[in-house]
Amino acid sequence: MDSRKRLWSSIWPPALMLLLIFIVWELIVRYELVYSWLIPSPIGVGQEMINSWSRLMEHWLATMQLTLLGFVGGALSGIALAMLLHFIPIIRRAMYPVLILSQNIPVIVIAPILTMLLGFGMLPKVLLIVLVCFFPICIAMLGGLAQIDYSLNNYMRMIGSNKWQTFIHLELPSALSNVFSGLKIAASYSVLSAVVAEWLSPKVGLGGFMILSSRGYMPERVFATVLLIVMTSLLLFWLVTLLERLCIRWRPRKEAS
Amino acid sequence: MLELKGVSKSFVTNGERHEVLRNINLSVKDGEFVSMIGPSGSGKTTLFQLIGGLNELDTGEIWLEGNNITGERGHIAYMPQQASLLPWYSVKRNIALALQIAGAGKKEAQQQAEQWLERVGLAEYSDEYPYKLSGGMSQRVSFLRALLSPQKLMLLDEPFGALDALTRLHMQQWLLSIWEQNRRSVLLVTHSIDEALMLSDRIVVLSSHPATVVQEVSVPFDRPRSGELWSTAEFNELKQLIYGLLQAQGAG
Ligand SMILES: Nc1ncnc2c1ncn2[C@@H]1O[C@H](COP(=O)(O)OP(=O)(O)O)[C@@H](O)[C@H]1O
Ligand SMILES: [Mg+2]
Repeated sequence: MDSRKRLWSSIWPPALMLLLIFIVWELIVRYELVYSWLIPSPIGVGQEMINSWSRLMEHWLATMQLTLLGFVGGALSGIALAMLLHFIPIIRRAMYPVLILSQNIPVIVIAPILTMLLGFGMLPKVLLIVLVCFFPICIAMLGGLAQIDYSLNNYMRMIGSNKWQTFIHLELPSALSNVFSGLKIAASYSVLSAVVAEWLSPKVGLGGFMILSSRGYMPERVFATVLLIVMTSLLLFWLVTLLERLCIRWRPRKEAS
Repeated sequence: MLELKGVSKSFVTNGERHEVLRNINLSVKDGEFVSMIGPSGSGKTTLFQLIGGLNELDTGEIWLEGNNITGERGHIAYMPQQASLLPWYSVKRNIALALQIAGAGKKEAQQQAEQWLERVGLAEYSDEYPYKLSGGMSQRVSFLRALLSPQKLMLLDEPFGALDALTRLHMQQWLLSIWEQNRRSVLLVTHSIDEALMLSDRIVVLSSHPATVVQEVSVPFDRPRSGELWSTAEFNELKQLIYGLLQAQGAG
């Protein structure tokens, strides 16, 4: 009951804001302040969404599959690399600057290179998402592992805990909320990179559908697709937040601001 | 039981070497409660870290039950100044973890934790997370955790230093009553002369810069001890004596 009330109170302000934006947008298009073939009206976009719902869903499933594969792969490899760097300090010193540097390479640049190397199949697309997701997760986890409470660590060492026990009982739980911050960033990145990856070979997926619709001058359809992409991104973010709440229950929950 | 033989330690900071511990000789017998009292910054925590094997000593040896454990970890049960309970584990699991790391099985450790929480009247806190506990309650759990650990020697580093005076008094009585029924060898660090006299069989007075053993004072009061002890003449005489010893250090 209480949590439902809390959920509701965190939902209605942004919902109201969105509604307001839609109304203003609709009015702008109605009164022809912009050309309607340039920016479609929200009602038009809604209608288009209903009309091509089944096709949208088909593409959405393809995108979702790609996103989840890449996201989970990125999360696993990011966590694994962070553990490796954590346990072997010499590798961390060598790799950390390289990792940070590599974060500056934009997705748009990596995508065609991967396609060139690996062709137009599923693999280069998944790999692209893995690459994009794994950096924020790895960096966030390393950050968490670097801020272990001194007195807890001292206690563990005093009672004779070995490196692995310290990792499992102290370092990992302590870094968990950082890992989740990384996962949340990666969740948004993963949907966007999936869309970019699909641009490269626009057969299936929302990215491809969007490119084809824009080539066919169907602004309503483009906007409907964009809307679906944004909602998917939010959905994934929300799923990660939900998982975080399930995993981290040992502290008083902070109210969503 | 525990024997420190000529332990010395110095730290080098900014190229400058300062001596923290000089030639410390000290022993704790089986089932004995020994307190160390000395000025703040004199090196008591450093000495504990040497016994715990976290730091290398410059000279000297540490023996426990006839074995040379110099530089080895895992031989002691430990209660630090901050309760240092892992926030993600319930009270029960926190206690069990200490036993597990000392080699106990998970199930057996949790059972034992639960039994003891019940025995000392803390059963209702068994499944709580540490953030819900008051300072005094956290320290009780922290003490139980050290008491249940299978290692023979307990090191208590100013366990009540962060508590208010009243809670501190309660905690001393509580610890005393539990310990007197379950004798373990204890080495306690404290700032409080009253606390040392109340709890221990023997008090080691330390100097500082560098820390050396100034004198050992044995505390002859019978056990079990009552809370009335502090009003006796003998108690106050000993208190004066130790105060004098510390005062002489502080002035230097
Ligand atoms: N790792 C360290 N490096 C350098 N100096 C240290 C280190 N640990 C402790 N010291 C110094 O040793 C002295 C004793 O500290 P400590 O053992 O914490 O004293 P106490 O516990 O008696 O208050 C202090 O002067 C402190 O600055
Ligand atoms: Mg200290």
